Amino acid sequence: MSLEDYLAQNSATWLKDDGPESDIVISSRVRIARNLRGRIFPMLATDQDKQEILEAAARAAKHSALSKLGPFELFAMRDLSEVDQQVLIEKHLISPGLIESSGGAVLLRPDEEVSIMVNEEDHLRIQCLLPGYQLETTYRLADQLDDGLEEMIDYAFDEEKGYLTACPTNVGTGMRASIMMHLPVLVLTGHINRILTAVTHVGLAVRGIYGEGSDALGNLFQISNQITLGQTEQEIIGNLHGVARQLINHERTARQHLLQTNRVLLEDRVCRSFGILAYARQIDSKEALSRLSDVRLGIDLGIIRGVSAGILKELMVATQPGSLQKAAGQTMTPEERDVRRAALIRDRLRADPSSSLQ
Amino acid sequence: MMCEQCGNRTATVHFTEIVQGEKNEFHLCETCAKEKGYAAYQFMTGAFSVNQLLSGLMNLDPAVKQRAGSSQTRCESCGLTFSQFSQIGRFGCAHCYEAFAPGLNPMLKKIQSSNQHVGKVPKRQGGTIAYRRELTRLRQELQTRIQQEQFEEAARLRDQIRELETRVME
Ligand SMILES: [Zn+2]
Ligand SMILES: [Zn+2]
Repeated sequence: MSLEDYLAQNSATWLKDDGPESDIVISSRVRIARNLRGRIFPMLATDQDKQEILEAAARAAKHSALSKLGPFELFAMRDLSEVDQQVLIEKHLISPGLIESSGGAVLLRPDEEVSIMVNEEDHLRIQCLLPGYQLETTYRLADQLDDGLEEMIDYAFDEEKGYLTACPTNVGTGMRASIMMHLPVLVLTGHINRILTAVTHVGLAVRGIYGEGSDALGNLFQISNQITLGQTEQEIIGNLHGVARQLINHERTARQHLLQTNRVLLEDRVCRSFGILAYARQIDSKEALSRLSDVRLGIDLGIIRGVSAGILKELMVATQPGSLQKAAGQTMTPEERDVRRAALIRDRLRADPSSSLQ
Repeated sequence: MMCEQCGNRTATVHFTEIVQGEKNEFHLCETCAKEKGYAAYQFMTGAFSVNQLLSGLMNLDPAVKQRAGSSQTRCESCGLTFSQFSQIGRFGCAHCYEAFAPGLNPMLKKIQSSNQHVGKVPKRQGGTIAYRRELTRLRQELQTRIQQEQFEEAARLRDQIRELETRVME
């Protein structure tokens, strides 16, 4: 596979497929940080050190049990254009930190469910990203990849502190598990803050992007474990699981309740947003995200028919600056991007031929 | 509202995050948000909070400062000093964990749930760690069974413990 295939819009499983509970849960992600024993962490390492780390990782990907979980292809950041780097970030395959670190590289699997960053903040960062709600499957995959690497690599591990990481907020399991959820009605009814504050008392963190005022942009929230030391991987996943189940139930109940008590309000909101997306000639990324959230809710509730539910996450990525410019084959000013974004969304809505409002 | 970073452009990117019951808000202009890293990515991984949490703890918590001893304490393996660590929030090598232990341990108690790793152990290199953990667990269970006078179960556990002990010896 060429780099262009990895940059293509629909090559990633998490963008292509729905997965379980996909009316609420967009994706499940597990990231594991590991370092090599006796080696300086990337922040202070020389180029020569980093090159050796890279070679060790590439060897392990070819010859350990990891190879059975592949194939993997290695891309060095210095060989990639700025736009290509940005697209990989927007598809959540790499982090901005990887670009800043000289000697950064990534091992990618063609389905883009697995990416292993090399020489980011830690020597190795295994990441698994699956669509919908499948936290346990995601963890099992990450765990296998970790075992595979360990066949050939000695990790920096301490019996008391666990896996040693560059930042003490990751030490112990080195694991960060997270789920991205779409919670539009809990936001609309104002219940979200109370619920989210409660869940964070069990060692979890919640994040959202907010626009002007108090509306969460795109109504998207990311729930992840905050604690990595003093809990087992199973306890961490279990905690997250418990909270996710609660949130899914709360959101579903709230949707049904609102539909019964205030259908007109809901339909009006959804249909207005559909109209704007179907006809706008320029739109910024923040407005696009919140309108797409409304449309997605409309699809989930049967108000909009014939538009595929994947439109929210698909366009959430495709309308970001890097992906827009990649598709256009040129660099663009923010104003040019707003025009291009609006055109892309209009085309996407018309690509589902029978789209209609009920 | 003005950008809290540069103070001279209007804040258009608003982040809210709630970590362990504490709410943090970030209000930034587009330019500063970009400089801090891609907003959307930050949202996915929460890179913001980690730094905030750490620097907040180190700057405000007198206990951490005091226990750390001299801020010039240096890791002999990578050369990082404790005061450099408290600015960057990152270690230079695995040995830093030992070198800065006095300052680090009270901090870990605050940001983590304990000081002791109980999760995964590396398969190949972990050697007897996993067995020893299992032994501790079995011995505790044995005590409970004896207290509850469940002697049949206790005998079974004792055999299991012996078998494991020989394996650890090897
Ligand atoms: Zn600013
Ligand atoms: Zn060090």
